[in-house]
Amino acid sequence: MLSNIGNLLIFFTVVTSLLVIFKSSKLILSSANSISKNIYQLSILQSTFSIMSFVVLVIGFVISDFSLITVFQNSHTTKPLIYKISGTWGNHEGSLLLWINVLTIFSYLFLVFSKKFNNEFRLGTIITQNFLLLGFLAFLLFNSNPFSYIFPVPLEGLGLNPILQDPALAIHPPLLYVGFVGSSIYFSAAISSLFTNFGGKQFALSIKPWVIISWVFQTLGILVGSIWAYYELGWGGFWFWDPVENASLMPWFVMTALMHSLIVLEKRGTLYNWVVIMCLTTFTLTVTGTFLVRSGILNSVHTFANDPSRGLFILMFLSVMILFSIITFLKKFKLQNYLIETQSKETLILLNNWIMIFFLATILIGTVYPIFTEVLINSKISVGPPFYNTILIPVVIPILFLMAVAPRVGWIKAKFSISYYSLLVVLFALLINFLIQKAFKSYSWYSNLIIISSIFLIIYTLIDLFRGNFKKDLNNRLSRIISHLGFGLLIFFIGINHTLTIEKDFNLKVGETKNFLNYQIKFKSLDLEEKKNYKAVVGNFEILNKMKKKSEKLTPEIRIYDRPETITYEASIKSNISHDLYLTMSNIQRTEFYNIKFQEKPFMIWIWVSVILIALGGITKVFRNESNT
Amino acid sequence: MLTKKVKNRIIFLSLVIFSILIISITLFKILEKNLLYFLTPTEISNIQDTKLNKVYRIGGMVKKDSIKASKDEIKFIVTDFKNEILVSYSGSIPNLFAEGKGVVVEGELKDKKYVIAKKILAKHDENYMPPELKDIMKDVK
Repeated sequence: MLSNIGNLLIFFTVVTSLLVIFKSSKLILSSANSISKNIYQLSILQSTFSIMSFVVLVIGFVISDFSLITVFQNSHTTKPLIYKISGTWGNHEGSLLLWINVLTIFSYLFLVFSKKFNNEFRLGTIITQNFLLLGFLAFLLFNSNPFSYIFPVPLEGLGLNPILQDPALAIHPPLLYVGFVGSSIYFSAAISSLFTNFGGKQFALSIKPWVIISWVFQTLGILVGSIWAYYELGWGGFWFWDPVENASLMPWFVMTALMHSLIVLEKRGTLYNWVVIMCLTTFTLTVTGTFLVRSGILNSVHTFANDPSRGLFILMFLSVMILFSIITFLKKFKLQNYLIETQSKETLILLNNWIMIFFLATILIGTVYPIFTEVLINSKISVGPPFYNTILIPVVIPILFLMAVAPRVGWIKAKFSISYYSLLVVLFALLINFLIQKAFKSYSWYSNLIIISSIFLIIYTLIDLFRGNFKKDLNNRLSRIISHLGFGLLIFFIGINHTLTIEKDFNLKVGETKNFLNYQIKFKSLDLEEKKNYKAVVGNFEILNKMKKKSEKLTPEIRIYDRPETITYEASIKSNISHDLYLTMSNIQRTEFYNIKFQEKPFMIWIWVSVILIALGGITKVFRNESNT
Repeated sequence: MLTKKVKNRIIFLSLVIFSILIISITLFKILEKNLLYFLTPTEISNIQDTKLNKVYRIGGMVKKDSIKASKDEIKFIVTDFKNEILVSYSGSIPNLFAEGKGVVVEGELKDKKYVIAKKILAKHDENYMPPELKDIMKDVK
């Protein structure tokens, strides 16, 4: 029943999509001056159909209609309601439908909010957008249909992997998808602008809000994923340079680069070709990321349900997309005269872009290198985190300095000089760094360098906030200040957190006590708890900090889920503004020992807050729709 | 005679090409240094001694009845049903670590039968098996 309704709605979406392409092309060919109401209506109809099909799938999950294979494979009647709903996009088929939803909604919103721009350009964008949509719809229908039918209807579902039954993972995919799919708008816009000769400042203005919105969601999506990894995976880390994580970070770098070069296009009217390349790259990388994740070609710690046939389809789609983009670009490419003085803001923004591309290249090489070695010399390898850390972290230091200084440099022609004022800030940063070492403990010269440069950025940006005519031109720089400040704080807190974390692994029996450094960890007892869809073994621990004479109770759990039968370890985390206490417990088979991991991680919350601040900068930009100085 | 502008442009371009070259060379040098090779116990028994004391990823099954624990470490045997290797580990273990299940161990190879692990890799999937091991399992069955 639901299967039929769902398929029918998908079919309607396909039909409206074809109609939109047909009508828009006709309008362009007749070179009409306005966009007829028809297209708006079709576009809203299309969004309605796709949203309804998604709602149908959600209903399927809520009422546990196991005649749908997707529901059967990923749900279970005893699952809490919220995870039944979030289970809709917790699997491949459902998430693809969500992807399509975002795509149609964004197309409609673009149509509505782009009224002040050239109509031909708008129609071109909508047409490209609908071709992309058709591609994904074909993928859905022929390969990953969430409405596939199963007969005889099973009585009970297989259940959702308990590690995915989590509030953070309920919102992580939608956030990331808005970021991912948001980039499709400026991919289509770039293609359209090449065809319709709609370039320059107007083009920059037309895609600016979409770039910022997708960037904000991408940032938040990555954040939520990291938080999840932090408390769920039980290692106490939040970034592992895993291929799947890299797949979400790569488009982020290009988006960031694009956001900056777009300012040049808007203010100075140059860099058009470069901006178009960035637009095309972002969405290409997004689809590449999806390919890497879903095809199972990479060996990741986050194993997704994967299937080579999906990979093949995405790969074909990707090849067509890349080929089409390159051909269009080369065909329509017009040489522009770049007259950029070396000493100007334009140069510095280009420098920003190069660094972003460098980051991207490094991560891309690290991520796909294992594929090549496997195919070419049949040796199975993986690239360890030290690769990324050795290459990327040194570059962060000049970035921090540039992020502080560059926004102050003028357009067109300026003079680079080292002011006494900057030196004063450096001295101040050195002083604060010295005080931190005095208060806690000393750390390596390398950490010193990173922390000093991050403090430099923080102070410099804060002063920027109060500089000049405070109220009058604050609008112009507020969002930049918030984001740059957020980045400075992020690096600062990661640096401090990294150098001052205390970590200890050991095995303990019930009733025993472990002493180390200033800590005494007492394993008091074990409780057994019975919950709706799992049983839990709860450990009662008392952690005494002998220096501060403060004790905390932590209760890590071992959960045994019944559907599917899985054991998970729940970390017990006590967060406060100065540090997190982190404890995990796991049983060791056939012994009485429990494996304990204890961590004290300073300023953990502030890492999350810094990222929120970075995203907040983007949000204020969208709402204020301000012009940048 | 080249004009100043053209001269500047040539200098600029050659600088760019030069730095890209330098960067890519260092990049791949660092990459080579940080590659982790994935081996099975059988592959380890065939390697040369010169490759000892390096970090590898070793995949296989945790042998039945092989886990032993003390206060500071856990010892167990990883097997691919042809050869086996003893692992000693002190650190946290992932939730799908159990006898008879697939495991990937990252650590320093001390000799061909002994490895000191730094990390046991976690997998989210209860049915997970290292892809490399799947091929081996096919041979066994």
